[in-house]
Amino acid sequence: MTHGSRQPETGAGGGPVRKFVMPNTLAGKLWVWRYIILRRVSQIALLLLFFGTAHWGWKVADRPLLAGNLSSSELLGVIPMADPFAVLQILVTQSILEPRVLIGALLILAVYAIVGGRSFCAWVCPVNMVTDLAGWLRTRLGISGAFYLSRNTRYTVLALALAVSVIAGVAAFEWISPVGVMHRELIYGIGLGWAAVLGVFLLDLFILKHGWCGHLCPLGAFYALVGARTAQLRIHFDEATCTHCGECARICPEPQVLNLKQAAQVGMVASGECTNCGRCTPMCPEHSLSFDWRVAITKHKRHSHAGTSKRRAA
Amino acid sequence: MSKAKVSRRALVGKVAQGTTLAVTGGSIWSYLLSQQARAAPRAVRPPGARQDDDFNAHCIKCGQCVQACPYDTLRLAAVGEAIPIGTPYFIPRQIPCYMCPDIPCRKACPTGALDSVLEDINEARMGLAVIDVEHCLSWQGLRCEICHRECPVQDQAITVELLPRRVSKHAMFVPMVHSAHCTGCGICENACPTEEAAIRVVPPGLVQGKLGAHYRLQQRPDTLRDQKSPDSQTPMRSNTVETSALEYLNEGESR
Repeated sequence: MTHGSRQPETGAGGGPVRKFVMPNTLAGKLWVWRYIILRRVSQIALLLLFFGTAHWGWKVADRPLLAGNLSSSELLGVIPMADPFAVLQILVTQSILEPRVLIGALLILAVYAIVGGRSFCAWVCPVNMVTDLAGWLRTRLGISGAFYLSRNTRYTVLALALAVSVIAGVAAFEWISPVGVMHRELIYGIGLGWAAVLGVFLLDLFILKHGWCGHLCPLGAFYALVGARTAQLRIHFDEATCTHCGECARICPEPQVLNLKQAAQVGMVASGECTNCGRCTPMCPEHSLSFDWRVAITKHKRHSHAGTSKRRAA
Repeated sequence: MSKAKVSRRALVGKVAQGTTLAVTGGSIWSYLLSQQARAAPRAVRPPGARQDDDFNAHCIKCGQCVQACPYDTLRLAAVGEAIPIGTPYFIPRQIPCYMCPDIPCRKACPTGALDSVLEDINEARMGLAVIDVEHCLSWQGLRCEICHRECPVQDQAITVELLPRRVSKHAMFVPMVHSAHCTGCGICENACPTEEAAIRVVPPGLVQGKLGAHYRLQQRPDTLRDQKSPDSQTPMRSNTVETSALEYLNEGESR
């Protein structure tokens, strides 16, 4: 290790700060990569389900398996699903929509209110594969940032998308979305959409680290607001074992969510901007970060708080 | 207090910067969208599609209509095509609409961009067939009439009319399209034997005129063709031409 000669720093608890060490064995490596592997499986499997239904006529019980695309789809010809942000954009153009797409949007909204909106970004969105690759390559090549841009820019883009929808009379983001373009052209035939995807890749690689997903994408901004309070699946933070080594923040694509002071108070990474990608959990040498349910975390937290206050009182 | 004043000034500056950026960005964005939407009039849409602006607003670009089509007629516009991005359309010369009576594409639409008021496929108006008489074989005096024979709304959407010629005894049998019945399915365009189709489906707005409500047409015989009731099966023909041509066909050159 490069910092082997350095004096071991001391953590918050007074103990030595350990750094993350990549295991030498393949099994160990795969275990570290478990969430990235699962995420790729989830993203590719979803694409494959859409593609298989469209091109190979995949059916279950004589019903199309998953018809449509991420904008709007139908599972087994019965369960409608729709992108709630796309539906919202169409609604602000004062178009009256059929109930099917409205029900579908509410259904998806409910799902993400439970698992955390930005789980979409890490587990479903196809562009995430492109930006993850760009991010990985950027670190490998040691490319520094071209300029600073606030991560809140995405909320401006989100507001703008709705405003422009009202003005132009069409769903503004859906007409230029690299997410929609990539997903659609992978399923329905490739046009010049690859140029938009390449644009996102180059932006993330050369111009701005995590530029698209972390700064600009209004869909990500929309999902950051979905379930920001209600999301059940969250990263549990164990303050007692944390040494503040910073490994989690180094790997996190949205490092601002790892506000450990706040996380210590509520016992979890509470920000809606957390994508539930799980990258931080295997990197933590003290296992202070792990997936857990909000209910379990808050219950546990209440108990331990009660414990400390009792101790203080005594 | 002075600190608050400075930060207030800075805040005003920030707000001005932000507003300028947002308004500029929003204007460019709106402009691009309007340019995209303007490409719409060229598209031949699936049955039941709403009018251009309304369709563009409703369509969520999911492609469920494309998947529902049993003939692979429909496709979604990719980036770079002269049709609004991600919207469904078809190219009749490649695969026309075969007018399924149950309209599966319309039923698959989750948003109503393909309007659910369309119950009868014969009421669909995907486009309007127009004939290029300079290149239509029938208009050159040949007996083609393939479009008429292939037309699924035969003798209503396309009729064959008898047309006298000044220099020859041979009359012409020419196809005529009637907008009151043409669904724009494009089977005629698909079947047209000329190298480039001489009958083509285009969005009606591109070619169709409008008379104006103040015109009152006289019931002169030569205007009856345009005035006939929608369900009349036989086209009105000029009697003199018909009889003389029939006499010619029956009696031959000897007469």
